[in-house]
Amino acid sequence: MKQKYLPLTATILIFLLSYALCVAQYPNMLSTRVIGNLLTDNAFLGIAAVGMTFVILSGGIDLSVGAVIAFTGVFLAVVLEQTGIHPLAAFALVLAITTLFGAVMGAIIHHLEMPAFIVTLAGMFLARGMAFVLSIDSIPIKHPFYATLKSLYFKLPGGGRITLIGGLMLLVFAIGILIAHRTRFGTNVYALGGGTATAKLVGVPVASTTVRIYALSGLLAGLSGIVFSLYTSAGYSLAAVGVELDAITAVVIGGTLLTGGSGFVAGTLVGILIQGLIQTYITFDGTLSSWWTKILIGLLLFAFILLQKGIIRLSRNGRQPA
Amino acid sequence: MTSTVRTYLGRLLPQLIALTIIIAAISIIFPGFLNLQIQNGRLYGSLVDILNRGAPVVLLAIGMTVVIATKGIDLSVGAVMAICGAVSASLITSGHSLAETLLITLAVGILCGIWNGILVAVLDIQPIIATLVLMVAGRGIAQLITEGAILTFNDPGLIFIGSGSFAGLPMPVVIWLVFGVLVALVVRQTALGMLVEAVGVNREASTLSGVFTPVLLIAAYVLSGLCAAIAGVIAAADIKGADANNAGLWLELDAILAVVVGGTSLLGGRFSIAASVLGAIIIQAINTGILLSGFPPEFNLIIKAAIIVFILVLQSPRFRAAFAFVSIPRVAGKPTEREAK
Amino acid sequence: MQTSSDNILSAVRIEKGFPGTKALDKVDFHLRRGEVHALLGENGAGKSTLIKCLTGAYRRDGGSILLDGAEVDPRDTFDAQRLGIGTVYQEVNLLPNLTVAENLFLGRQPRRFGMVDTRTMNRKARELLAEYELDLDVTRDLASFSVAIQQVVAIARAVDLSGKVLILDEPTASLDAHEVAMLFRIVRRLKARGLGIIFITHFLEQVYEISDRITVLRNGQLVGTRDTSDLSRRDLIAMMIGRELAAEIHSARTEVAEGRLRYRFRNYGRRGRINPFDLDVRAGEVVGIAGLLGSGRTETADVLFGAHRADSGTAEIDGQTVDLSSPRAAIRQKFGFCPEDRKTDGIVGDLSVRENIVLALQARRGWTRPISRAEQNRLADQYIRALDIRTPDREKPIKLLSGGNQQKAILARWLATEPEFLILDEPTRGIDVGAHAEIVRLIESLREKGLSLIVISSEIEELVAYSTRVVVLRDRTHVAELGGDRITAHQIVEAIAAANEREAS
Repeated sequence: MKQKYLPLTATILIFLLSYALCVAQYPNMLSTRVIGNLLTDNAFLGIAAVGMTFVILSGGIDLSVGAVIAFTGVFLAVVLEQTGIHPLAAFALVLAITTLFGAVMGAIIHHLEMPAFIVTLAGMFLARGMAFVLSIDSIPIKHPFYATLKSLYFKLPGGGRITLIGGLMLLVFAIGILIAHRTRFGTNVYALGGGTATAKLVGVPVASTTVRIYALSGLLAGLSGIVFSLYTSAGYSLAAVGVELDAITAVVIGGTLLTGGSGFVAGTLVGILIQGLIQTYITFDGTLSSWWTKILIGLLLFAFILLQKGIIRLSRNGRQPA
Repeated sequence: MTSTVRTYLGRLLPQLIALTIIIAAISIIFPGFLNLQIQNGRLYGSLVDILNRGAPVVLLAIGMTVVIATKGIDLSVGAVMAICGAVSASLITSGHSLAETLLITLAVGILCGIWNGILVAVLDIQPIIATLVLMVAGRGIAQLITEGAILTFNDPGLIFIGSGSFAGLPMPVVIWLVFGVLVALVVRQTALGMLVEAVGVNREASTLSGVFTPVLLIAAYVLSGLCAAIAGVIAAADIKGADANNAGLWLELDAILAVVVGGTSLLGGRFSIAASVLGAIIIQAINTGILLSGFPPEFNLIIKAAIIVFILVLQSPRFRAAFAFVSIPRVAGKPTEREAK
Repeated sequence: MQTSSDNILSAVRIEKGFPGTKALDKVDFHLRRGEVHALLGENGAGKSTLIKCLTGAYRRDGGSILLDGAEVDPRDTFDAQRLGIGTVYQEVNLLPNLTVAENLFLGRQPRRFGMVDTRTMNRKARELLAEYELDLDVTRDLASFSVAIQQVVAIARAVDLSGKVLILDEPTASLDAHEVAMLFRIVRRLKARGLGIIFITHFLEQVYEISDRITVLRNGQLVGTRDTSDLSRRDLIAMMIGRELAAEIHSARTEVAEGRLRYRFRNYGRRGRINPFDLDVRAGEVVGIAGLLGSGRTETADVLFGAHRADSGTAEIDGQTVDLSSPRAAIRQKFGFCPEDRKTDGIVGDLSVRENIVLALQARRGWTRPISRAEQNRLADQYIRALDIRTPDREKPIKLLSGGNQQKAILARWLATEPEFLILDEPTRGIDVGAHAEIVRLIESLREKGLSLIVISSEIEELVAYSTRVVVLRDRTHVAELGGDRITAHQIVEAIAAANEREAS
């Protein structure tokens, strides 16, 4: 098997194995209802994680994601409460803002040659601050269109539902996979992760690719914010704190190398599902405490970092001879 | 000697000016700001408040400075604070003496530092990734220790650390002052500071010159862990309980920001602990100032963002190149062919 | 005189300077259609600079470039590629994490309905590589193939994009004999297609095997261009390392060093880097290490200093077996090492001249025993004076100094530790003439003080001037040792050439 599929395979195996273990203990967990909820509950995280996957594949990082989600939620709540704009128009407006926001961060990272870490940290403060400025209270969203959107779902056999937002996440993953593997932009993202200097030498448009990567992450964070506001029916500036960390974790558990250049968007989906599964299991169990989620995820993270370290070392030694 | 003092002050000048401007600005809007009064032998006033509230970030910034000087970063300090707060609370409530509690808590912080240091120095994992592990798992470990609840205690000794006073100053201030001076002295009076800077600038050349790089790197993360432990104890003592969910939450970002405001480059090398401490106080002064001056606290984060962008622009290689009239232009790749391997 | 139509690429009077050095001094270079033209010279001779000027990676200071008779001025490597000049480097400059097909078609992937048509791309990639006798799974990551195959992929991409001139910069450095043969088959085929190929290498037998003509550079100047068939190995090596110059310098000494035998290395080596060797060094002796680029000179230095741990053999000092497994261990035995690549392995750029000078001494004393500031100042001033390091003051960041002064500061770093065994890897590379002479004098005076020195240099006349013995390397093996009155430029060149001829026959 090709080495680059090894982390992804490991992720999938871990997911299947842990799911099997869960089912062995609680047969109820093998139901479309559980699967449907898994998708719905993690929809916003998944969508944000797709953007994060691109950023990390290119060798960067985006700490602003959680703050952008909160900003989007508050923005929508305020706009829908105070103006007569249709939610769809508000969606378009907020997506334009967050996309531009990401693009500006990308431009700063490239043109000022500053680490993505600190630039997106500033972005995180700024987005969270803008959310606070809009409102410090949790504002409920009561627009009837929201109710309509929330009532949409696709019924699965066995009583499970794929809600609109759950389905949207799957769609975003599908599009993300297409972009990653079927567009020149996608190849350029991997190329940047393989080494900026080399990528430049081979003719990758580094500046525009960097800007587009962070713009994409901004767009998806905005979309994630919309989904989050649908999920919670409210906008709150303190919401979604630390979602960027969950997204980064999902990306790494999904088999993407944090140093960039190697990994799969599909892996991130499995990473999300593993995190969700751990939470579901703990809910089912009822006696286990929620902190085990964090500890387990931390351990998984460590295991994957070691696994990738090992693979890199192996691939250095064992190249296929001519 | 006077020239050393002058270069030292010269290094701190931008931070001192910034702090002066901020305090001046606040006191114009809020006249009572500079007032200090003594009650029951203890100093009260907004300025003292800033120093007191800023204690955890100041402490974290001390360790973070050294880690960043080695070209690293420590994302786990917030989580380590939570762990250490939880450890101290659970030890003291289970009947251990104050001395035992403190010693074990500090040891736990050091242990966390060793873990991070080994990942970075021995396993050669990128610092941002290596410390992410403990950042994610750490809070879970803290919750495991407190079993999810806020573990309260009423040991007067431990509480004294958070709210007592010594020589008229609140204990947290005394602690960070003493600890900061201690670390700065150890770093600058021994050769540690120079060796850390050398490793941060060029790890390979330093190793070839005989610097024991792995030990230095681990030591930097141990210091950071120790700082986080002290900050964790103070944070717990302050609220008379260990809150595993919120103790130290996002403080790693404030600490990194303090170091950046202090003018230490994220790319490693030259560092100044005093400047980072000033950076942390500047951040706290802005927080307090906004609170006091009647500005909505919401602006706090936006101002933080503006500060980062401003400093980023100042530090950016492009910007420096454009304004470096005096310095010699960087030679872009002299023809040095490495011998064929 | 050739007509311009013979030449696919002509570079006329190319000039390029860096602060403090003249990297290219009015160099002429002509490449014919359908020829393999070897570009030779030691490190720092100006090969890379010339190539970078041709491909637009550097802006030249003067001179003109003619491609197909028309004057061109490539702004950067893409521009050069578009014009028809493609380059393949020793360290493959493709993306190891992309598939072979993606690497071949990056930026010009075939598309259908806006999506990359992977199937067509893979098919075209297979077709392209079939021309190079390569049948491989183009959907695998480039990194999963050997360097040789990566080279061929890089060549295929360069030729497919450019198609007039192909520059191969040390493409064979890390290939084995079979792989080199495969590469040469491809080069011959491209030559038959009419491409002009510039071939840079340090393997002389490969030069004779594949090239039609040879151009030699030395110290940024053109030494000459010859037909390969008319040039003997001996004359070629003389062209490269300047024997005619060296012949005028008298051997500095004819006496054999009488110092006590202090250092004995037996069967010392490291697999894959330097084959096991025996080496004895006396007190007050300079052992010169000669050999062409890639012969194992730097690897010898690395393993002696513990920068790469030896995996065979023993080291003895004064009859006692010692541990030299790391730089720290070596420094404890009073070793010192000035590495070849000053910038990445030598200087600590942001730190001051003073700190750079005291670094090794401080590291040896340990962090708990700091050198007082007064003592640091004294040491720094002492060496700035003694070695004539030109710096406005000792607090200047070392990265702002010129190469020669940086080198002297690194030498000072080791002298401050009062070493007894000093390894200098190309101590005079890339520094101006004045500093050059000073460093040579310094080596002399250190030897007179009783130090043992190992000096690696690609300048034979320099080795002759200060060595009491010269070890000749070839193919990562110590092949000969010259002592006493046999240390002449002529003898050294003979020894290198003999080793090469033995290899070639």
